[in-house]
Amino acid sequence: MATELLTTGRRITKRPSGLNRKKTSDWVVLAVAIVLGFFIAVPFLMILVNSFKSPEDYATSGPLSLPTEFYTDGLTAFWERVNFPEKLWNSIYISGLVAVFAVVISMFNAFALGIGRVKGRSWIVVLILLANMLPQEVLLYPLYFMFKQVGLYDNQWAVIIIFTVIQSAFGTYLLASVYGTFPKGLLEAASLDGASRWRILWTVVFPISRPTLSVLLIFFFIWTWNEFLIPLTFLISNATQTVPVAITVLQGDRLMDVTTTSASALLGLIPTLIFFLIFQRTLTRGITAGAVK
Amino acid sequence: MATTEVDTGADPRVRQRVREGMIPGATSRTYWFYLIPGLALLAVIIVIPLFWNIYLSFTDYRGIKPPEWTGLDNWVKLFGDATFWTSFVNSIAMILAMVVLPTLLGLLLAAMLFDLIGRKFGGKMASFLRATYYLPQIMPSVIAAIVIGWILRPQNGALNNVLGGIGLENLQHNWLGSPDTALISIMVIMIWVQLGYPVVIFMAALQRVDPELYEAAELDGANWFQRFQAITMSIIRPEIFVVVLTCTIAALKVFGPVYALTGGGPGTSTIVPAYYAYSEFFQSQQVGYGATIATALTVVIAIVSIVFITFQNRLERKEEQI
Repeated sequence: MATELLTTGRRITKRPSGLNRKKTSDWVVLAVAIVLGFFIAVPFLMILVNSFKSPEDYATSGPLSLPTEFYTDGLTAFWERVNFPEKLWNSIYISGLVAVFAVVISMFNAFALGIGRVKGRSWIVVLILLANMLPQEVLLYPLYFMFKQVGLYDNQWAVIIIFTVIQSAFGTYLLASVYGTFPKGLLEAASLDGASRWRILWTVVFPISRPTLSVLLIFFFIWTWNEFLIPLTFLISNATQTVPVAITVLQGDRLMDVTTTSASALLGLIPTLIFFLIFQRTLTRGITAGAVK
Repeated sequence: MATTEVDTGADPRVRQRVREGMIPGATSRTYWFYLIPGLALLAVIIVIPLFWNIYLSFTDYRGIKPPEWTGLDNWVKLFGDATFWTSFVNSIAMILAMVVLPTLLGLLLAAMLFDLIGRKFGGKMASFLRATYYLPQIMPSVIAAIVIGWILRPQNGALNNVLGGIGLENLQHNWLGSPDTALISIMVIMIWVQLGYPVVIFMAALQRVDPELYEAAELDGANWFQRFQAITMSIIRPEIFVVVLTCTIAALKVFGPVYALTGGGPGTSTIVPAYYAYSEFFQSQQVGYGATIATALTVVIAIVSIVFITFQNRLERKEEQI
């Protein structure tokens, strides 16, 4: 299983077409899969449709009809109200740094646990996973006092540090088990060539596990982007807020009519959607994949 | 292992039992250096707040005056607190909605997309459907809550509109506002949110499978379910473990959707431990008692995780011996 298990699979499309005869049952399965996809997508279609409706249009024809005119005031109103480019940059900055830091920390941890096999590694994994197990409310009071002490309250670095720890817990858990099955021959060969462990990490382990690391990077970015409670608590001033926080803060506002709300949801969604579409190929390459061709 | 065809070559996991690391000449002790940054950050961000919280659970603390030591009072109160037990019963519903059903459905869908749709209708179709299923995962829960709130709204919400439109007026309902449907509604929403995660991870895992294996099995007359059982299940078992553990942890500490959609209500019908702790922390200002609930929840999650990881290790070790 050694290399087979780790080989990145071939593309689905490159298949011998010998068995390509489609039976009726195949069409039924496809139909079921498409209908399911449609139901999953309904809420997204609703956001899209209602973002371009005027409030009057919405009031007369309800949430399900198509807009009668192309109305973009809701979008521009929200864009200007929250200074959207600023919020967008905040979110990209925080999520991007967290994703990179968390992947590096996960890799270091997993290198020691999966390849180095330090003593008591099961317990270290459990200890690290604590970051994932703790309900986040637990962190609010203590971290509030601690960050206030060091002057990082209402500073984006507070949020970046917190989520680097939380995300790298998942990364360590996953990566340590992936590195546990790392092709040993490669490590031995590099070691015979006289490479130090630091060099082996960067010249052998890092490039070979890059598919898995990219999957983690994408997950971390999206997960951090979508976080709410901790950014809401630690980023109180307008200029530091993230996109989801800005949207939520405006919810109770009486100037936010239904279609502006929908427009805000659309704007909140588009960046992660674009990010996902760009990188969705990477996801196919596999979470435990990464190896010798 | 059931499928000997898969096990070509030596099993690398046999080597795992060796004491020192996989790079020759270096003892495992020297690897501690690589754990320092991660563990130092963990200590500050996670371990200190954890102990702080355990301490607070033995005090009466309203957030303003310094905490007052009250011994086991909070813990005694906790065990007699009906709301607390209700919240844990609701956690079981969340495990059903966020772990059991998404994992089973995810297995089925991943196998279906990979083995059937990908093969017969092309990889593009399979990738497109997978991306569609994954959509709710990339949606911030706050935004999801806004949209779901619309759909389920009693007055002119989309769902009731549709039901009225097709002549099912008597099924119209205040979905999130009545105790009999609020929990079920949240469960359905959570299935919607979670489903894409196992599908993506399982499909990624299936990339490891040699497609010829499926074709060979099919030529040998194995039906879809037999192929699923013999090939799919055995290959993606590591991923099943990852998905089940991470989703169970997420289900036990679920907070966002409850906070945004029902606030635990009506009454306590949708309350979950994390939300109960939050409301004690920040709404009732009973910080000491909130810390007790949160600590109890952490203990439950830690026990579940340790049992799970031990079980996983034991299973892996058993496999090594075969």
